Amino acid sequence: MNLRNVGIVYRKELTEWLRDRRTLISTVLVPLLAFPILMVGMTSLMTVMIGKAEKETAKVMIIGGEDSPQVVEKLREVKDLEIAPYTDDWKKRISEKEIRAAVDIPKGFDSALAQGQELTVKIYFYQGEIKSSFGANHVEKFFDDYRDSIISSRLSARNLPSDIIKPFEVKQENVAPPEKVSGAALGGLLGYMVILLSMTGAIYPAIDLTAGEKERGTMETILSSPLSRVDLVLGKFLLVLSASLSTAILAIISMGTSFYLVGNSGAMNQKDAAAFQLHIGFPAILSVFLMALPLAVLFASVLLTIALFAKSYKEAQSYLTPLTFIVVIPAVASLLPGFDLNPKLALVPILSTSLVCKEIVAGTFHWNYILLILLSSSVYAAAGLFIAVKMFQRESVLFRS
Amino acid sequence: MIEARGLSKRFQDKKRGKVRAVENVSFTCQPGKIYGLLGANGAGKTTTLRMLATILEPTEGTAVICGHDVVEEPEKVRANVGFLSTATALYPRLTAEELVEYFGRLNGLDEPTLKKRVDDIFNRLDMNGFRDRRCDKLSTGMKQKTSIARTLVHDPPVMIFDEPTTGLDVMTARTIITFISDCRDRGKAIIFSTHIMSEVDRLCDRIGIIHDGKLLADSTAPELRAKYAEHNLEEIIVKVVGPLLKNSEA
Repeated sequence: MNLRNVGIVYRKELTEWLRDRRTLISTVLVPLLAFPILMVGMTSLMTVMIGKAEKETAKVMIIGGEDSPQVVEKLREVKDLEIAPYTDDWKKRISEKEIRAAVDIPKGFDSALAQGQELTVKIYFYQGEIKSSFGANHVEKFFDDYRDSIISSRLSARNLPSDIIKPFEVKQENVAPPEKVSGAALGGLLGYMVILLSMTGAIYPAIDLTAGEKERGTMETILSSPLSRVDLVLGKFLLVLSASLSTAILAIISMGTSFYLVGNSGAMNQKDAAAFQLHIGFPAILSVFLMALPLAVLFASVLLTIALFAKSYKEAQSYLTPLTFIVVIPAVASLLPGFDLNPKLALVPILSTSLVCKEIVAGTFHWNYILLILLSSSVYAAAGLFIAVKMFQRESVLFRS
Repeated sequence: MIEARGLSKRFQDKKRGKVRAVENVSFTCQPGKIYGLLGANGAGKTTTLRMLATILEPTEGTAVICGHDVVEEPEKVRANVGFLSTATALYPRLTAEELVEYFGRLNGLDEPTLKKRVDDIFNRLDMNGFRDRRCDKLSTGMKQKTSIARTLVHDPPVMIFDEPTTGLDVMTARTIITFISDCRDRGKAIIFSTHIMSEVDRLCDRIGIIHDGKLLADSTAPELRAKYAEHNLEEIIVKVVGPLLKNSEA
């Protein structure tokens, strides 16, 4: 291996890479803009939609209630509700969003209430439809308040204090520090994004530097120079790795900025905004990148090897696109609740890194696992690089026709 | 000096099985001489030249270039060879100058020598007008000149040209032919393949006719003319290859 030659190849590949408009789009623009557009756009849209649904006066139908004018009258007085005249096709009308919900008042509700009998009021709504849920909530709140007022009047009629039915309160309090809370919510996402983007960021340059060279006819040109194949692969590999890491770094910067903007935009209430406040320190982010580095090496070498096998750009794309799913599946699996690291999982590439990143961001450092994962993924990375070098020495691959 | 010793190359083809692209080819080219390798498309010329340039490894036999074995010391061989073929394209996003400099550096030239060498070649080939232009913006003739500059930058004692004038206009082809002739005058050993017989007549000191991977003739042009009682080189090729074509058709 000649380091000077590796450097010469790397510098030349970098020059060509930076002059390619497609590179600028896939490596710089997409990761930089994707998150702000997604996050700011989605949250603004959601805020507008939810606000609109909350403000709407829900049209609700009463089923029965003819013999209970008291409760019906009180329902009509609720300002967030509009009572629609009863029709038999109320179910269909909820489905077709003509009314938001229907409330079934049992026969003899008013008189049964006066006699202290137990009753069940049913509220019908369309699950998954936000405006229907809000309508049903308004009806439920009315009945909750109505029940509370009846309880209070019954207690006062018997000269009993109102706290007799509530001997104690139950309240949950969080003891986890903020980074643990955001770690659980977003930590998995950070590792997942770094892994996924270091893969996607490497795809285009890997194709361009191998199958692209074959297609453009420059492979034979470089093979006729005194450069050794090992130096050639290493120069190309370093460029693909640089592209992979810079895509991931840019995306993380963009993701952090987007979360910050959304959390501080004032568009959300304090509780929702808190979910977007990243409490991830720089050391944790650096550790995530350190853990993801051997994986990025593995991606760069595997992608180079596969793309080199292809005869053309198109063929390489058809080989590499399905590979994205192979990376996405274990990375997504690590986000599932209850999926925790164990010695066997620590040997599974991608999944192990994603799991350990989740823990690092949450502030937990299992050093034995971290070392095991670094070691195992470094071994996979070295194997990937070795195979890439071997492939560059095979005529049947370089001159495949 | 170039010395091919029983060069053979076999490929594995999915449809045709094992294919013998080149079989037991031997010839020699001395410094200051041009060896013309002639033959139809698919005869084995490019494979032979690729083996000499160490881009392909021979299945059997070997070649020695400037004292280095193509199998044992491929990198040393490449450092002594300038290889140009129809398949050696240019990097589209580099300028002509950057491309030539890149190959100069890969050949181990230091920066002052590289600058001097690049200036000299660009002047000789009249390339200063498009020095800073990206290769994807060059005309076919400019590209071919840049390719030649690329093969020359390390001043190799051996040059291998595989159909260097294919697709070029008359003026550019003429420049290239004059340039190859200059290379011979500077004492370089040159192997040259072409389908244009006037170029063979003008340049080649010795001719090899290859067909179906086998070298059927290895002689000077006057010797071939005398042997086949024919002045026209095209007719001579037909006479050399003809009997084999009839056999294969039968």
